[in-house]
Amino acid sequence: MMQHLPYVLCLILFLVGLYAIIVKKNLIKIIIGLGIIDYSLNLFLVLVGYRKYSFFPILSKNEQVQPMVDPLPQALVLTAIVIGLAVTMLVIAIAIRLYEKYRTFDITEIRKLKG
Amino acid sequence: MKQKNNNPGMTLIVKTVTRLTVGLIMLYGLYITFHGHLTPGGGFAGGVILALSFIHLILAFGRDFVIKKFSEKVAGIFESIGAFLFLTIAVSGFLAGYFFMNIYGKGTPFKLFSAGIILPCNLSIMLKVGFGLFSAFLVLILFTSTNSKE
Amino acid sequence: MTIDIIISFLMILMIIAAIVAVEMKDLLSSVVGIGAVGVILALVFLLLQAPDLAIVQLVVEILALIILIRATVTRDSVYYRRREIFVKTVTLIGVIIFLISLYSIIKLLPPFGEPKLKVASYYITEGQGIKNAISETGAANIVASVILDYRAYDTLGEATVLFTAVLGVLAVMRKIGRKKDETKK
Repeated sequence: MMQHLPYVLCLILFLVGLYAIIVKKNLIKIIIGLGIIDYSLNLFLVLVGYRKYSFFPILSKNEQVQPMVDPLPQALVLTAIVIGLAVTMLVIAIAIRLYEKYRTFDITEIRKLKG
Repeated sequence: MKQKNNNPGMTLIVKTVTRLTVGLIMLYGLYITFHGHLTPGGGFAGGVILALSFIHLILAFGRDFVIKKFSEKVAGIFESIGAFLFLTIAVSGFLAGYFFMNIYGKGTPFKLFSAGIILPCNLSIMLKVGFGLFSAFLVLILFTSTNSKE
Repeated sequence: MTIDIIISFLMILMIIAAIVAVEMKDLLSSVVGIGAVGVILALVFLLLQAPDLAIVQLVVEILALIILIRATVTRDSVYYRRREIFVKTVTLIGVIIFLISLYSIIKLLPPFGEPKLKVASYYITEGQGIKNAISETGAANIVASVILDYRAYDTLGEATVLFTAVLGVLAVMRKIGRKKDETKK
């Protein structure tokens, strides 16, 4: 159990975000839950590639060979973080348009489709 | 809280400090992009820092002042130049092999102009990410400031 | 062993900050809470020997905070709604069952700190010294050589997704409204 503890805590963070998406009625709280899920998944990918007593994967000038952590998950997560930002901007733009039309952020009011 | 129409933006202290430091923030973003193959960073980090320097200008001086220098059309043109440059570098690999082949000279490692295809790619990604995020933020601010005056 | 404990402690702080961000009634306080989650995450990336990711995460977090505050603080609205006990209880029970059933799959992963490294051994071969990535590409930063030389096609896909998202934002915010006389196209 102790050797899998960081993975379990990462999963609990994911579940907090999932709870926010399912239960909350304020549109901004739903967007915050989406952001929390984003962070937890990026963290999980980097946790899988960590190796004990190793250093960052950047070579330096003094020719010293040292063990390194896995560089492949870091390359995947680097683009995933910026994509998460772009998707958050798109969702907030849609939320602002919804507010201009219905004058509230409450999704039970918006669902009535007053037009 | 409504802004007075004859003095947009923030107070005088913020404006003076912005005038002194916004050039340094842009220079830092360029530095992180150019040394992307030697130190941590790269095109994405440099592009977001470049976008943050423009957003700093918008927040301190108000939206109308920045629109006169950088309209939405100019930002869109720069973003398209970045994306087009990335594709050109990729297609130029066809001259010697396959798509995205690394055909520029490798040079000696640990110098600034080494590592073939990586430096021009980092530059084009910085242009694309920086100006794309800036134009998206500009459109969001237009909506906010127009409707908070009502 | 001590890195394990420090990372677990920081993740417990992240969970507390996330619960605060989700449950607060004031919108500005919950946005500050998610800012705290992002900054602690940048610190955890630094402890996991990934400086590239720490820089990008910190800067992206600042940008997301600015956009969230501009969008929400000027538009506060008040709700008078009834408390829905049924939905909250059922969701909590479902989430706990989800956690217990996923734990038996997490036990199949290799233990934390000892990955298998089958694909990465091509980039950082330790038999003949770490000469593989630097002799083929000439870059000292192995992560940059992975995303721009070995896997450049995926970076092209990511650039396309970013372009499409920015076009989506520009397309959604087109007309202001029909009440105003001078519309901005």
